Amino acid sequence: MSNEDILNPKQMPHEPEKATLEGKNKFLGFWFFLGGETVLFASLFGTFLALKDSTAGGPGTEELFGLELVFVMTMLLLTSSLTSVYAMYHMKNNNFSKMMVWLGVTVALGFSFLGFELYEFYHYIHEYEFTFRSSALGSAFYTLVGFHGGHVLFGLLWIVTLMARNAKRGLNLYNAPKFYVASLYWHFIDVVWVFIFTVVYLMGKVG
Amino acid sequence: MSTAVAQKKGFGAFIWDYLTTVDHKKIAHLYLVAGGLFFLMGGLEAMIIRIQLMKPDNEFISAGLYNEMITMHGTTMIFLAAMPLLFALMNAVVPLQIGARDVAFPFLNSLGFWLFFFGGLILNFSWFMGGAPDAGWTAYAPLSTTSPGHGVDFYVMGLQISGAGTLIGGINFLVTIVNMRAPGMSYMRMPLFTWTVFVTSTLILFAFPALTVGLFLMMFDRMFGSVFFDVAAGGNVIIWEHLFWIFGHPEVYILILPVFGVFSEVFSTFSRKRLFGYSAMVFATVLIGFLGFMVWAHHMFTTGMGPVANSIFAVTTMAIAVPTGIKIFNWLFTMWGGTIQMTTAMLWSVAFIPTFTIGGMTGVMLAAAAADYQYHDTYFVVAHFHYVIVGGVVFGIFAALHYWWPKMFGKVLNEKLGKWTFWPFFIGFHLTFFIQHFLGLMGMPRRYWKFLEGQGLDTGNLISTIGAFFMALGVIIFLWNVIYTAFKEPKASADPFDGRTLEWSIPSPPPFYNFKQTPLVRGLDALWIEKSEGKKAMTPAEPLGDIHMPYGSILPFVMSLGLFIAGFGFIYQVDNPVWLSLVFIGMGITLGAMFVRSVKDDLGYHIHKEDLEKGDGQL
Ligand code: HEM
Ligand SMILES: [Cu+2]
Repeated sequence: MSNEDILNPKQMPHEPEKATLEGKNKFLGFWFFLGGETVLFASLFGTFLALKDSTAGGPGTEELFGLELVFVMTMLLLTSSLTSVYAMYHMKNNNFSKMMVWLGVTVALGFSFLGFELYEFYHYIHEYEFTFRSSALGSAFYTLVGFHGGHVLFGLLWIVTLMARNAKRGLNLYNAPKFYVASLYWHFIDVVWVFIFTVVYLMGKVG
Repeated sequence: MSTAVAQKKGFGAFIWDYLTTVDHKKIAHLYLVAGGLFFLMGGLEAMIIRIQLMKPDNEFISAGLYNEMITMHGTTMIFLAAMPLLFALMNAVVPLQIGARDVAFPFLNSLGFWLFFFGGLILNFSWFMGGAPDAGWTAYAPLSTTSPGHGVDFYVMGLQISGAGTLIGGINFLVTIVNMRAPGMSYMRMPLFTWTVFVTSTLILFAFPALTVGLFLMMFDRMFGSVFFDVAAGGNVIIWEHLFWIFGHPEVYILILPVFGVFSEVFSTFSRKRLFGYSAMVFATVLIGFLGFMVWAHHMFTTGMGPVANSIFAVTTMAIAVPTGIKIFNWLFTMWGGTIQMTTAMLWSVAFIPTFTIGGMTGVMLAAAAADYQYHDTYFVVAHFHYVIVGGVVFGIFAALHYWWPKMFGKVLNEKLGKWTFWPFFIGFHLTFFIQHFLGLMGMPRRYWKFLEGQGLDTGNLISTIGAFFMALGVIIFLWNVIYTAFKEPKASADPFDGRTLEWSIPSPPPFYNFKQTPLVRGLDALWIEKSEGKKAMTPAEPLGDIHMPYGSILPFVMSLGLFIAGFGFIYQVDNPVWLSLVFIGMGITLGAMFVRSVKDDLGYHIHKEDLEKGDGQL
């Protein structure tokens, strides 16, 4: 396939993200990468579980967490996953502007999630003096949840970069895999959050 | 652009070419040179250790320096020598063996190299910046978290950065092998080396993130005041041991599996027989990879996990000996009845079999948890892992280098010097390490700076040191062979060893696009099939057409340089927050380069059919 066919395809196939060899490679490679990320988070979860009662005299999970806030955050992130699915749906139908709209919604939801997370951390630090350094629980909590938050931030910057870069030229076979892979990343972040919600917050509150 | 052309353009262009290359064959050269240099560093450290232990109560180096020596020796050899040397082979050979023009991610391939390289540099800069890490290559907490000075910080940052490179390299090879095989090359027609690289890459993918997390925790504890390993604040030092070995045990199989592949190729080529039990070999490789994740706690038998956990891990560990045994027998049966040629590559491979078997046997001894209370942390363990790592991985790398040197550099290494490399090294190896089994059983602990007179350890240690000098001699002869071959040996043909697999169907060294036409694979040992039917070359799977190639890029180098700079910032901000500026500058460089990569289209270019028809496409 010539470069011209890739950048200005005469017609878009149904799965533009896998129409070129580069796209296929990216798609598969990213799945592998997510496999590695899974081990990364599994290790962080393991560390957290080992240290979840190590409060060193400070506040424990039951005292700290408020499920209302976390519930709102969960809803925001879950919804953002759904909106990114819409975006990919429109990508497959070659409807660039609708894809951009839904990606925009995704990004907005993602940023509001991060806002809540920052508030949450601020709250723990100032109301409870529960910090990264105050106990092993603190170290484990901020590391696990912070790693996730860092992933969210990176994902947002990535999607925004892609949107800005391609705003003027629309979809082609070169950028379709990029959008697709970014949305995969976004789903992954979402799945990790579901586990954080369960293992850290729910089990921290009741378990 | 071929190397020769670049050289004509001058030294600057030559350097620039290698800094920006995304050609897997040149990246192989980079890995080989960098890994080779680190191997020499590690070897030097080993010699210093052996000189210190040459006689009782020796004062050759101080206790502190000794700790730095053993730490840097282990860390360097595993992460900066063995791994990259294997990556050199993987890069040089795998795309050729599967009939591909390139790897799946040429850009990431280059990034992987530069990350490894700059990580290695950080680690070794420690020597000049107040002292190297000194908590052992295993860096157990709290020894590591409380080690004064910055040594261990260099360990953390260096391994974190080079580990990222390794992970990227692993993903690249996974996708390359899944997506880029030539038509007809089904999984069960892949050469065994490609198979082992595939399984090794899977292990890298699932093992390295555990190390990443472990290193992050240690970094946070040492540099940002967290308390993961601080028992006073509720921390738990065993977490490090688990994370390290969840990575660490698969790591030893990451190292050994590719050379299992090498030996399979070498045995079959130089016995002029197809590999005995190919499918059993594939199965055993996959099984070893799988079991490799179930055994990590055999390094922790004495940690106090309790009898149940110890028993389970003892059994899973012993189980690995079964697929390994399958392999040993298949290699023997490959040679059985074959027309054996004792080339240097073959010599290393034949020597590997008894050597590695001894290592496997001591492994099973160590796996007996109750007995391990006696062996643990003695020279018995040191002897075990050197039998498997030197007798396996290093022998394998030497075999591979002698075998694939013509494919990488266009000349066959001098055979006579090759044998002169082998014998001192082989004899020296057994002199050095065989006696260490007994030193260990007599109670000599590992990692001790000195031993005392009159405990029956003197002679054994002296023998061990003498052996080390023989090994060094072997390495020096090898280096001489490299130089000698470059100047004195004639150019090699495409297929100097009457090979069986696709890499021997194209010139030595291959043109930068590897295959002018993608070959059609009709079975295992694809080239051999064609040869046995009287054909001289592979049947092409496609008509001659334009070839798509990627552009080179300096960005991988820049991204890695950024992390290198940031690494120093992280290390020194503990002393003075001003150093945080380096973190911002470095991360800015890296993220900036990533941004450029994201927004700048890079679709590559095409070599046109007409040019290919003309001068073999030598642009
Ligand atoms: C039959 C296969 C093997 C078995 C049953 C086995 C078993 C063991 C056991 C139980 C230990 C822990 C001993 C202790 O610390 O007390 C050990 C250590 C070690 N093994 Fe193996 N092993 C096998 C193969 C290998 C291979 C193939 C490699 C590398 C290529 C390897 C590399 C190592 C290393 C590096 C250590 C020591 C790590 C350290 O404490 O610094 N082993 N092995
Ligand atoms: Cu092990």
